[in-house]
Amino acid sequence: MAVTPDLFVQGLEMFLVLALAPLLTGFVRVVKARLLRRRGPPLLQPYRDLARLMGKQVVLAENASWLFRVTPYVVFATTWVAAALIPTFATGLIFSWSADLIAIIALIASARFFQALAGLDIGTSFGGIGSSREMMIASLAEPAMIMIVFTLALIAGSTQLSTVSQIMASGVGLRVSLGLALVALILVAIAENARIPVDNPATHLELTMVHEAMVLEYSGRHLALIEFAAMVKLLLYISLIACVFVPWGIVKPGAEPLAYLVGLALYPVKLAAGGFLLALFETSMAKMRVFRVPEFLGIALMLGLLGTLLLFVSRGGL
Amino acid sequence: MSLDLHAGFLVFALLLLALAAIPLAHTRRGPSIVYALAALIAAAAAVSAFLAAAGGTPLRVQLPLGLPSTGMRLRLDALSATFAFIVNMAATITSLYAVGYGRHEPEQGRCLPFYCLFLLGMNLVLVADDAFSFLLAWEFMSLSSWALVVVRHREEENRRAGLLYLTMASFGTLALLFAFGVLAGGAGAYAFDQIRARTLEPYAATLALVLALVGTGSKSGLVPLHAWLPPAHSAAPSHVSALMSGVMTKVAVYGFIRIVFDLLGAPEWWWGMLVLSLGGVTAVLGVLYALIQHDLKRLLAYHTVENIGIIYIGLGLALAFEAHRMTWAAALAATAALFHVFNHCVFKSLLFFGAGAVQTATGERDMEHLGGLIHRMPKTAFVFLVGCVAISALPPLNGFVSEWLTFQAILLSPDLPEWGLKFTVPAVGALLALSAALAAACFVKAFGITFLGRARTPAAERAEETDRFSLAAMFAFAALCLVAGILPGFFIDALAPAVTSMVGGRMPVQTALPWLSIVPIAESRSSYNGLLLFLFITFAACVAVYVIHQFASNAVRRAPAWDCGYPDASPATQYTAASFAQPIRRVYGTVIFRARERVEMPPPGEMRAARLTVDLRDLVWDWFYAPVVVAVTFVADLLNPLQFQTIRRYLALVFIALVSLLTVIAIWP
Repeated sequence: MAVTPDLFVQGLEMFLVLALAPLLTGFVRVVKARLLRRRGPPLLQPYRDLARLMGKQVVLAENASWLFRVTPYVVFATTWVAAALIPTFATGLIFSWSADLIAIIALIASARFFQALAGLDIGTSFGGIGSSREMMIASLAEPAMIMIVFTLALIAGSTQLSTVSQIMASGVGLRVSLGLALVALILVAIAENARIPVDNPATHLELTMVHEAMVLEYSGRHLALIEFAAMVKLLLYISLIACVFVPWGIVKPGAEPLAYLVGLALYPVKLAAGGFLLALFETSMAKMRVFRVPEFLGIALMLGLLGTLLLFVSRGGL
Repeated sequence: MSLDLHAGFLVFALLLLALAAIPLAHTRRGPSIVYALAALIAAAAAVSAFLAAAGGTPLRVQLPLGLPSTGMRLRLDALSATFAFIVNMAATITSLYAVGYGRHEPEQGRCLPFYCLFLLGMNLVLVADDAFSFLLAWEFMSLSSWALVVVRHREEENRRAGLLYLTMASFGTLALLFAFGVLAGGAGAYAFDQIRARTLEPYAATLALVLALVGTGSKSGLVPLHAWLPPAHSAAPSHVSALMSGVMTKVAVYGFIRIVFDLLGAPEWWWGMLVLSLGGVTAVLGVLYALIQHDLKRLLAYHTVENIGIIYIGLGLALAFEAHRMTWAAALAATAALFHVFNHCVFKSLLFFGAGAVQTATGERDMEHLGGLIHRMPKTAFVFLVGCVAISALPPLNGFVSEWLTFQAILLSPDLPEWGLKFTVPAVGALLALSAALAAACFVKAFGITFLGRARTPAAERAEETDRFSLAAMFAFAALCLVAGILPGFFIDALAPAVTSMVGGRMPVQTALPWLSIVPIAESRSSYNGLLLFLFITFAACVAVYVIHQFASNAVRRAPAWDCGYPDASPATQYTAASFAQPIRRVYGTVIFRARERVEMPPPGEMRAARLTVDLRDLVWDWFYAPVVVAVTFVADLLNPLQFQTIRRYLALVFIALVSLLTVIAIWP
């Protein structure tokens, strides 16, 4: 096995998700602003925000425990590892077999677990409201996601993301269950990334907020890491949708160098398309009340379950 | 070690220890000595069980006790040796914990002897090889644990828990008695070997299955037979709670496996469906009950119900696969179930230890009176956090691995031909995923409200770190959580002999794979490597720490909490356990618990405080238990006059009963 190029691809992938994540967030913000006829922030503003936060001192609440200070690193590390395990431009990732799609979801759940704990650590009511609502949303989003994984895994015969992507690229035809899974995955991705209509990433000081309330007490480098992790998570979900439903151009192991270049060039295009659709979706919709969210995610769960059921009752049919 | 030595050693050592405990209980150092000796005995038994599990051939002994023709037969095969290892391993660490924790018990004489007898009872169930010894050991285990539940008998609540437990345990044993009656048949072939040799009529097999499910399910807490479990498990002292929740429920699972997989013969496909659905419902209801609790130990006990559900899901899948001779798939499902048995035993004991430490330090079990303990008890907080992460099925710890294996088993089930299974299995998969996600919410609540935030009472503010024996026990279990999470291959291989004796096949050897991955079927299908994932996360976190501390500001300033500019000094303004669970209660509870919230707002100008009343109903209790109570009371009232008769009438009644019985026998064909 040619380890060196594989290792290089994996390293590039890990670097790429970090490098592109703020750009994607900046792009979504620009598109949203333009759709609202605003000029909007510069495309590179998220990088500047992160750099500025890194340089600031941390203002820590007096009763913050060690958990509060460790959480940003845990959240960042688990999100980064999860993102690095998703094939973005090449499938032959050297470590892709160490965790399948179920493990990737569980990694994201770990990040959320620690973030919700950190929200409770200071003992303020804002942190509590954020944590409690985040866990309520997750309690529906996660099973919906598992059902989507079931659908994909039953079609591809594998929960390994590289294999799923390759099989989807080789053509499985149009299937009802795949369509259901796609819609469900988009709903889950919106909820997981705290986007409109579930949550609003742009607000502060509003009782309906979830994610922002949880991280309210963070500042300086800790906040930078958490914001960065949120950006990586957005990139992760768009990459996930892209690698499963638009797998064309993703390089198989042992391909020509030219194929790698094509894959590398196509990946930002897919991200941009995903980001644009997200911005379009967000501007065309109003935020919903927090207790409407279970209905929204209930739809995702039911669609995922329906997709799986269809596959169970008709092997190879629909 | 031979079996007569293993069993004989256990019986004599633990009986002697129980006897010695009676005088020792009243001395100052006595309890610690008894627990230390119990730890040594259990450790020896664990080693012996481990050797027996690795040895292969089952060990047998026949003693001239028990039923006349059958005798008392004992047998230690791969399955019982695996369970014996888990039980004694946990008992060792629990006894170590009790060396420190047990000192705080006010009435040692009520606890110490029964603790030893309880350990003995669980061990005897595992080696019993005929129906009579099995039931005897089972009842021994039940009664000794009942004595432990009512150790603190002065509290009304504990006495009620004890009564409920005793009732349900007797009911369970009754069901098992009938189950063995059906299995043994009219000829009275009570030895397990004779039962294995019989082939049952389909209706008899079904009856035995249902009776075994009721009998063992009532002990392990399968919904709707779980009602006794949370009050009883939380009433006992914490080390006993750990044993009851972490270990005794596993002995009940062993009973189910022994009867259904071993004694009953080839399964029908719908047995799998029945067990699977019960498991799914149990998992989700258990965790929902747990979420609305604010008593820490009760929350943990309800959570045991959830984990038992997960184990039964694995067992149900194994039955369904076995019915279709899909041995490799059945092996995967059975391994998942057995691995979860081990994992749950480890992290649930750890969490109960933590709850015990908190109770000792603060005198409180109610989370609403705790908070901020991470500052006062940092080590306990750390290990409790490890337990919370493990039980929430998050990688890289052990809980995730067994749930991952269960999911992989579910993904194999579209090959099952029956329509019933095709609809049930995906739905159970959704229930399993739901219960995993809710478990995470439940343990964010348990850890966050108890250990994080600000202290809600002076007692929580004055808490102190627990003693070093308790800490050693908790760290041992926390280390096991990590090891089983990152090196699951060794554990899966160690379970292989037990799995083989259950379903006649095993998973492929895992430890020979490169990088110590686990691959249930084929690498292209699914694989998981906890070790690599752990290293990956550590590496990423180290990179982040290095970069931040090299290139970013290192300055930290301590300041009052920000809270959007309106911080309130009173700890009562924090989120409480009830408020944390409110969104989830509102989403799921309106149907399942008939949750109703009422806000009483005083009119403007009135200085009264507003009140929020939450009304929750337990539908299982309302629909299942309440009618039974009503019926029993009604019948008892009807029969009541019979108690106050003259001697002549009693004699007449006896005579009539005798005559009618003889008539029945005479007419019976």
